[in-house]
Amino acid sequence: MRVRVKYSKQGLMRFIGHLDMMRYFQKACRRAGIDVVYTEGMSPHMSMSFALPLGVGMTSDSEYVDVDLVESIPGQEIVNRLNRSVPEGIHFTEARQIPEGKIHKGMNLAARADFTLRMKPCTVPETGPAEAGESQARSQAEPFVVSSEDSRRTPWDLAWHDDFLSWLKKPEIMVMKKGKKALKEINIRPLIFEARFDGPKLMLGLSAGLDRNIRPELVMQAFADQTGREYHPCMFSINRDEVYADKGKDGQHAFVPLIALGKDLS
Amino acid sequence: MAERLALPEEILLSVEKPERYLGNEVNAVHKDPEKISIRFVMCFPDVYEIGMSHLGIQILYDMFNARPDTWCERVYSPWVDLDRLMREKDIELFALESQDPVRAFDFLGITLQYELCYANILQILDLSRIPLRAKDRLYAKDESGAEIEQLLGEESPVVIGGGPCAYNPEPVADFFDLFYIGEGETVYDNLLDLYQECRQEGTTRLQFLERAAQIPGIYCPLLYQPAYHEDGTLRSFEPVREGIPRRIRKQIVTDLDQVSYISKPLVPFMQVTQDRVVLEVQRGCIRGCRFCQAGMIYRPTRTKSLETLKKDADRLLGESGHEEISLSSLSTSDYPELEGLVTDLIEKHGKTKNINISLPSLRIDAFSLDVMSKVQDVKKSSLTFAPEGGSQRMRNVINKGLTEEDILKGARDAFLGGWNKVKLYFMLGQPTETEEDRRAIAQLAEKIAELYYDTVPKEKRNGKCMITISTSFFVPKPFTPFQWAEMFTPEEYLTFAHTVNREVKESLNHKSIRYNWHEAYGTVLEGLLARGDRKVSYTIEAAYRKGALFDAWTEHWDWNRWVEAMYETGIDLDFYTRRKRGEDEIFPWDFIDAGPSKKFLLDEWHKALREEVTPNCHMSCSACGAAKFGCGVCFNTKDGKQILRAGTDLQYTYPVAACNPVPGIRELRKPKENDSAMQDIETEGS
Repeated sequence: MRVRVKYSKQGLMRFIGHLDMMRYFQKACRRAGIDVVYTEGMSPHMSMSFALPLGVGMTSDSEYVDVDLVESIPGQEIVNRLNRSVPEGIHFTEARQIPEGKIHKGMNLAARADFTLRMKPCTVPETGPAEAGESQARSQAEPFVVSSEDSRRTPWDLAWHDDFLSWLKKPEIMVMKKGKKALKEINIRPLIFEARFDGPKLMLGLSAGLDRNIRPELVMQAFADQTGREYHPCMFSINRDEVYADKGKDGQHAFVPLIALGKDLS
Repeated sequence: MAERLALPEEILLSVEKPERYLGNEVNAVHKDPEKISIRFVMCFPDVYEIGMSHLGIQILYDMFNARPDTWCERVYSPWVDLDRLMREKDIELFALESQDPVRAFDFLGITLQYELCYANILQILDLSRIPLRAKDRLYAKDESGAEIEQLLGEESPVVIGGGPCAYNPEPVADFFDLFYIGEGETVYDNLLDLYQECRQEGTTRLQFLERAAQIPGIYCPLLYQPAYHEDGTLRSFEPVREGIPRRIRKQIVTDLDQVSYISKPLVPFMQVTQDRVVLEVQRGCIRGCRFCQAGMIYRPTRTKSLETLKKDADRLLGESGHEEISLSSLSTSDYPELEGLVTDLIEKHGKTKNINISLPSLRIDAFSLDVMSKVQDVKKSSLTFAPEGGSQRMRNVINKGLTEEDILKGARDAFLGGWNKVKLYFMLGQPTETEEDRRAIAQLAEKIAELYYDTVPKEKRNGKCMITISTSFFVPKPFTPFQWAEMFTPEEYLTFAHTVNREVKESLNHKSIRYNWHEAYGTVLEGLLARGDRKVSYTIEAAYRKGALFDAWTEHWDWNRWVEAMYETGIDLDFYTRRKRGEDEIFPWDFIDAGPSKKFLLDEWHKALREEVTPNCHMSCSACGAAKFGCGVCFNTKDGKQILRAGTDLQYTYPVAACNPVPGIRELRKPKENDSAMQDIETEGS
């Protein structure tokens, strides 16, 4: 029986990378006494798949993993058992049954992810603007300077909110993006579904999934580059709020949270 | 719990693997600092992945945290990237769980598992802003600038070392306040109780150390003074004041079923070296290989009962969620109830729960092949033999009870069982070794390769067989029969390896044989640190100042730093590594009583030179001296009573109570005049 489990990843867990989370989740299932189906073949492993990797440093309220259980367990019990076997920072919220088959896997369905960005009080590095590139957060570059009392200020002036919204009015926003093979220039404007400010917070709804995935850092980097601002990946704390499938037809989007595609398990 | 991080997020995101520094692993212990009075931080002075794989720290972590008054945390060496940033940004080293500075702790325990981590000890102290030398932690300056004695519990933590390298603590003695000689489960409670008592009394740091030095197994280097002959060898090694024992006897657990094993294992997020449940089945080894320090210092062999192990396995797998369990000991084949244990594990965890069972250090015989074919994928796994010596003559010298017939029979059975990968481990540069012995290494590999092609018919072969030979260079260690042995120069070691390599290349089946050899310069450094004395501490400090760090990592270590450090501190490498040591020479580690007597070790050295073998402890007792601990393989149990095994030399029958619980602290304040530790040195010195 295939079950989709939703959990949040907060606090210190934001530093735990995707591969480590996968190993961790398997151990959590064993501790919780939840028997997962093993794959056949040369190297049997637990049959499970994660919908969408989360970058190191980001928090999330909606992480999804699809897992094949040996026997049926009520959704609430799955959640309770898992929550008893995990440390602070991970919290399981829902478990629902989903249809088997490749096309129903979260990783194949994910089409949109919503993010909340908050600017953090840090100083800008003294050694000029950071270089572009997605792997920058893990680069060996000079780290961001630690904030001390007198340097506690927002790195960008308040006018950036308006600038950002008018920047999005452009029909085309070309950026260099690292693809599977090489750097290529793409237009990210159609991949930004929604952007709005809620007080100091910026909400972004971005295209996600196997083909057209863009990360919020890429958007902010492009904005900074194109409006003459300095950007550093540590400027924003970023939370992933929800991951959606696109159930729309004929070019019309109809985004549905991944968990809503499952049915109650009781 | 509010988020506490010693490192700014920007730094965590810029270093490799930030999860090394978080302390939020599953089963990590968090306590309210207001409700505890002793803060202990346990350190493995190497990178997190290595340190987290160490069993001893997990045992002690669990044991300390079982005390309601104590919170034990962990710290590992910050990796080179963070090390650099901490120095640049002036960030203090912190314990993982609380993220509080190490300097604020009551105890800093450092485990010494290998000599090449010695520079990292200084990194830990330095980044924690603790004065490197214990004597510099005794005094403080008052307002007028005058020196006053430091009170206990103020400024630096008590720095205590333990682990196998603590059996010759002298090269690092100046950096430690105390060493714990032996197994941690025995007298740590006494030490912590004493700490509480002294702090309540408001004693000075030195007064505490003096009292701690009277707990059996606790060594306080400040209270001992070495004196040297003109030639640099040790003349005497004596306590500097009355009441301090002349000899330190190691402390061991007499009944492994009676001490607590890990209740909730720490489960790291990142993949560590030992990413599995480690089930310790026994301590000590019956074999008596003459090069092996562990085989001597952990005597006598003590086993855990099958019942205890079954319970341990259930609990550890359940609490950790690991998918693999490994049976751990120096020689798992010698565990008497191995078959019952493995069968139980396969039935209960292997078949139904997909738990892998790994069996390192098994001798290859019919039983082990049968077990391994059940728990491993034959096609992928390889079989490992450790003959250590290529010729039978060499194996007799080192007392490795493994004959060529054993090896060939094991290999034949394995080939018939479907294996075609064999790993062979040897050591080069052992005492009396000749060129012929070295060539015999390649010849043995060739025989095994030929055996494969003779045994397995062409149609059943799964490709070529692959024999991998690995050689390391032998480093003589304290408390082994080879502690008198001479070493060689790095160039000579490489010549030895080239001899093997040439012979491999010339063999008929050379395409089926691969040969790797170990780094030679690191071997010589290890030799210096293993049998060094107190003078060597200056070399270690000098090398550290020149940037020595992570010397066990080939990509980070630099021989030239050490050469310069030796030159600047007047240390003659040859004196420590290549000198022929006299049979009556006092060694820097002789003040420790590890069990086997010096007379036994010397007898074994002579037998080695005569190429004579010594039977193992199951076959007969060789009266090594370990019977004084009153437990383990030295005794037979008859009608519920422990009886000394036949053949145990009465000369070495010590009071059976020797390693029983130590007297309370009150009694310790006034040491008895006839301190038993003081008597031993006379009886064994002859």
